[in-house]
Amino acid sequence: MNIAILSGKGGTGKTLVSVNLAAVAKNSMYIDCDVEEPNGHLFFKPINIKEEKIAVKIPVVDEALCNGCRKCADFCKFNALAYAKDKLIIFDDVCHSCGGCVLVCPEMAISEKDKIIGKVEKGVSGDVQVWSGILNIGEATGIPIIKKLLDDQKDNKLTFIDCPPGTACIVMESIKDADYCVLVAEPTTFGAHNLNMVYELVSLFGKPFGVILNKYTDGYNPSEEFCKEKNIKILAYIPFDKELGSITSNANIASLSNDKYKKVFAKILDTIKKEVSSEAVTNS
Amino acid sequence: MKIAIPVNDNNLNTDICPSFGRTAYFLIYDSETKESKFIENIAANMAGGAGIKAAQIIIDNGANVLLAIRLGQNAANVLKASDIKIYKANEGLAKDNIEAFRDGKLVSLDKFHAGFHGRGNR
Repeated sequence: MNIAILSGKGGTGKTLVSVNLAAVAKNSMYIDCDVEEPNGHLFFKPINIKEEKIAVKIPVVDEALCNGCRKCADFCKFNALAYAKDKLIIFDDVCHSCGGCVLVCPEMAISEKDKIIGKVEKGVSGDVQVWSGILNIGEATGIPIIKKLLDDQKDNKLTFIDCPPGTACIVMESIKDADYCVLVAEPTTFGAHNLNMVYELVSLFGKPFGVILNKYTDGYNPSEEFCKEKNIKILAYIPFDKELGSITSNANIASLSNDKYKKVFAKILDTIKKEVSSEAVTNS
Repeated sequence: MKIAIPVNDNNLNTDICPSFGRTAYFLIYDSETKESKFIENIAANMAGGAGIKAAQIIIDNGANVLLAIRLGQNAANVLKASDIKIYKANEGLAKDNIEAFRDGKLVSLDKFHAGFHGRGNR
């Protein structure tokens, strides 16, 4: 079973929730799809890491065959190709590896070569499998890395997918095969606005989902109001708690280092499991 | 000699536009015929690679010189490959910049930024 943890903005507590749920779940899997800045490994400190480089295809031109028709440059939506002084210039960093230039070239002057854009690291931390995707700085997209992580995940283990923030393509790729989505939200107006964005995304994808209200206080909570208004299931309230913040900022896993938090996250996991099974019943 | 300038409007009293890739128009001024031509910059609304596309437009319109306030590295690479000379322009009217260039008051632009990639001020 795949549970994706996502949020409209960064810093709401996706990694806090994913890491702690994976830790209390036992014999589970944690996949960090936030490839632009993966940080789950800081908490799990995995060992026995196996590293695999990830490459994409980028075009190379055979200048002897190029007749300067510029069909490739005109085709490219990202403007990764330009034609200047009888020569094709290719911008590797701008290319999104769609392969279109190869297809439209009437002279078969363009072929493809591999370009390394990042890597995946697969390790273990106690009984939790910890996988991380890492995108090199300056690359156009981390989607090939996320694809690799999720394609390789064939175990039937309870898996927690720590998604990138926002609602862009990389998030869609991360939740594509999720059985359930957990949206983590902050008690601010900005937080509620961004919660609305991910709410629209998971609704569009037809995914069952619930919300965790993190940094919860007694005060006015626009994200909670939003959930009530849209009739969204609130899975848990994680308090705005100095002790929890302190454990986390020291890169420790709260549910492993403190019984109180172990109970908090075990309860959240239980609630999610119940939600998933009731969804399964509803949809069968 | 053809001089290209990124400009905000398509008339001779226009200001120069600080952005190269996302400028609304290019003014192409022919110093021999004294003719001015305005070209719409179709790169302005593109998702990415606007600087590269804008450089391609300038090349295709036969420019020899570009006067610009700033320029990204990718655009600079395309222009350099076409031997287009790049000069540092001043804020203000495009025609004042043409005059300054003619009088030899502009220096060549040789520092290029890494690109704003959709995040720059238009």
